Amino acid sequence: MGGLENWNWFLDGWIIVAGILCATSTALLGNFLVLRKMSMLGDAITHAILPGLAAAFMISDSRSSLPMFVGAVIAGILTALFTEWIRSFGKVDEGASMGVVFTSLFALGLVMIVQAADHVDLDPGCVLYGAIELTPLDTILIAGWEIPRVVAVLSVVLLINLLFVICFLKELKLSSFDPALATTTGFNATIIHYTLMTLVAITAVASFETVGNILVVAMFVVPPAAAYMLTDRLGRMIVLSVILAIIAAVTGHIGAITVPHWFGYHSTSTAGMMAVSAGLLFVVAALFGPRHGIIIIFVRRQILAWKILAEDIIALMYRIEERDPQQKPDANYLREILFSRSVPTRLSLRYLTKQGLIADTNGDYELMETGRDMARQLVRSHRLWEHYLVEHAGMTAENIHKQAEKLEHFTDRQLREKLNEDTLDTDQDPHGRPIPPEEEVR
Amino acid sequence: MRAFALVLLCACLWPPCLVFAAEGAREIQTQQSITDRSITVPEWNDWKRVFLLQDYNTRIVILGTTLLGMSAGMIGSFALLRKRALMGDALSHATLPGIAIAFIIATSLGLNGKSLPILLAGAAVSGLLGIAGILLIRNLTRLKEDAALGIVLSVFFGAGIALLGIVQQMQTGHAAGLESFIYGKTASMVASDAWLIGSAGLTCMLISILLYKELTLLCFDEGFANARGFPVVLLDMLLMGLVVVVTIIGLQAVGLILMISLLVIPPAAARFWTEKMAYMSLVAIVLGALSGMIGSAMSAIFPNLPSGAMIVLVATAMFLFSMVFGIPRGILIRKLRRHELNTTVNRQHLLRGLYETLEARGLLEEKQPAESTFVPMSTLLQMRSWSPAKLKKIVRRAQRKQLIVALQEDQIRLTKAGLLEATRIVHEHRLWELYLITYADVAASKVDQDADTIEHVLEPEVIAELETLLVRQSTAGVLQSPHAIEIQQEKTNGRQSGPRRAT
Repeated sequence: MGGLENWNWFLDGWIIVAGILCATSTALLGNFLVLRKMSMLGDAITHAILPGLAAAFMISDSRSSLPMFVGAVIAGILTALFTEWIRSFGKVDEGASMGVVFTSLFALGLVMIVQAADHVDLDPGCVLYGAIELTPLDTILIAGWEIPRVVAVLSVVLLINLLFVICFLKELKLSSFDPALATTTGFNATIIHYTLMTLVAITAVASFETVGNILVVAMFVVPPAAAYMLTDRLGRMIVLSVILAIIAAVTGHIGAITVPHWFGYHSTSTAGMMAVSAGLLFVVAALFGPRHGIIIIFVRRQILAWKILAEDIIALMYRIEERDPQQKPDANYLREILFSRSVPTRLSLRYLTKQGLIADTNGDYELMETGRDMARQLVRSHRLWEHYLVEHAGMTAENIHKQAEKLEHFTDRQLREKLNEDTLDTDQDPHGRPIPPEEEVR
Repeated sequence: MRAFALVLLCACLWPPCLVFAAEGAREIQTQQSITDRSITVPEWNDWKRVFLLQDYNTRIVILGTTLLGMSAGMIGSFALLRKRALMGDALSHATLPGIAIAFIIATSLGLNGKSLPILLAGAAVSGLLGIAGILLIRNLTRLKEDAALGIVLSVFFGAGIALLGIVQQMQTGHAAGLESFIYGKTASMVASDAWLIGSAGLTCMLISILLYKELTLLCFDEGFANARGFPVVLLDMLLMGLVVVVTIIGLQAVGLILMISLLVIPPAAARFWTEKMAYMSLVAIVLGALSGMIGSAMSAIFPNLPSGAMIVLVATAMFLFSMVFGIPRGILIRKLRRHELNTTVNRQHLLRGLYETLEARGLLEEKQPAESTFVPMSTLLQMRSWSPAKLKKIVRRAQRKQLIVALQEDQIRLTKAGLLEATRIVHEHRLWELYLITYADVAASKVDQDADTIEHVLEPEVIAELETLLVRQSTAGVLQSPHAIEIQQEKTNGRQSGPRRAT
């Protein structure tokens, strides 16, 4: 691949490590944000920490990290608090209250920065874009190893988040899915909520100055959402989201180096490309998810439609045979009655022939023994349902046909027997046609 | 209503008219307000200059932000009611890759990459793609709206950042100006920008006024709109298209992040003042216009305040004021109403307690001397879970209404008016009890509590209905209680545990 010849294991390795640490620690918490329908909170908090930074700068009069960190975390927690207050006291829609809070705080932060730190390099651009590429340059010494400061900070954050999720998994699960039940079973959903908010704020702040808030926002939402498309179990969802976050971080950095090279440019923003590759992973998960993927849902629907069409065909052939045993319908005749399209009808007929349910004699079709059994059961279901609808649901004989037409496809033998028991034992449906027996009398 | 809205719209347009009228005279003055950096209290001349719109630059800025505030307020109120308040957030982020791509394509074709129409076209295209993405995720997967917004926002913005990284390497274009789309450059707005904002914003407002009924229906009852045959999907797309247009014209005026607030805050503030859609959008327009006007005026008067941020802060101040003092839905008025309801409920409970005590002692029937109808407070304390202090407060309030008379030693007595009121309340209470027993199959021992909560809110029509429904025992008097009422006869010390009423 072009562009990778400048790969430097030391520099690029640390960048990828920082990206992975950031992505995993945010994705861990992001699962609960997505489940609680608070996906936009990450975005809100990363914008709203600006006044915290400015206030910390004003008070401490320096750009040292600790006061800034504390100020930003406090501002982040306040965002969550204010949003909740405006929502509950003002009865404002959650999204709107979040919008009000974080834009106001951001504006306040801008004004404070211009007032107090106009001449100082407190660049909002650095907040937005981040500089994950500069990660390896800012190092500290830990136990004789020279480790980038970001990596050290993010490792601690990741450890805290991991411990929190592991220790309080049950509580988090319960309070995410059913806060009322959580409260009644004795632990406080509100405390869990605000602990989560605090951790979200800490994670966002620890990540934003080094890797940029866009990566934070993306990793809070996109990998958990992708994992949500892949599984129904919370434990698996968390593990999957972490794996997806790691993949996104690695491919993102490689993509940032190689993709622009194809068009003759040098490498571009790693954080941006990590977000993009997370987005691509989400698209793949949404399309190909095993149970909730868009494609599988479409295929399932198609198969059901074809199955119903095939059943309609043999039921219709049974009725034709019932009226006139000599008549052998061809494909066009069936299609006209069923109002079906040409291709699906022909495909269904071929499928039925192959299954040995009907026989094809030069384009004219007739029911085979197994097909007749199946068709008889369908027609029996249909007429029993009609009977039932008139007798018990108080419907008139004119409008029952459509209902029965739908219900017949989902009625098994047990249900037919129940219907037979519940209706007056009769051999005729409301239209006066005979209800065929379950087994053919030979 | 539409005519009224149009009239108010015109009324809001006075500053723009003034501006354009003045602009005809072409009296361009030097720009002073922006360059002065020291924080000084502005002099009278500064105030005069800003408020009489003498300064050309100030005039343009105020005009543009006012128009922007109005159109954002109008479109935003629909978006808010549709629970799409953060749509503007996602959209404004989603425009970034479009801006970058438009710049790249334009420069590679040899055009001026920074010309506004090209960049705005790119922004519009990628904004619409963002909308499509949100709709697809929401409709085709099981993810909710918030996740869809978050995904589109972050991925599009990430792509935009990555593209900007490439743009910065291009030899032809110095891409420095593109950042102004993120933070805005309100103070350097020129007349053509204001014209653009004005024409696009007014078009959006006109469209939403013409489709007012349809959009309102869409916001409140999508299913009904669909059933009535309105093209719901089309309307939805149109509404979001309007949001895109307003967002994009606002982008370079107040910046990407602060544009969101103009879409969200004025409508959210307006919501506190009214229950009607038409008034809500009107109030939102006025609030949006005011915050644009005051915000940029303040930024012009006080030199060190960025105008985009000031507009938002003014809007926030209005929001907070509305949230606290708003008339039908503000916090104070709701607290006050609840307080009033609680007072009424307590007073009625007091009166009923007195009545039932008298009834149990058989003191109601004949004319009794006033002394014998006094009831000690301790008896009342046992009937309800009131603290003595609270009971005293309730008694004092009832005294002020002249419903009861108090004597020393905590003895109280119903006045004539009080007895009348108490009779009515007891009657309604028992009617409801009887109704519950007869029609809702509630056991006689349980009805007291159920009736307790509902007796205060029964309308006269309901009472009349109940009376015709239930057989009256006597034509004039009060109903007999369907369950036994046990009332402490003797004055006892302190409260006793145990059931106060038994069957």
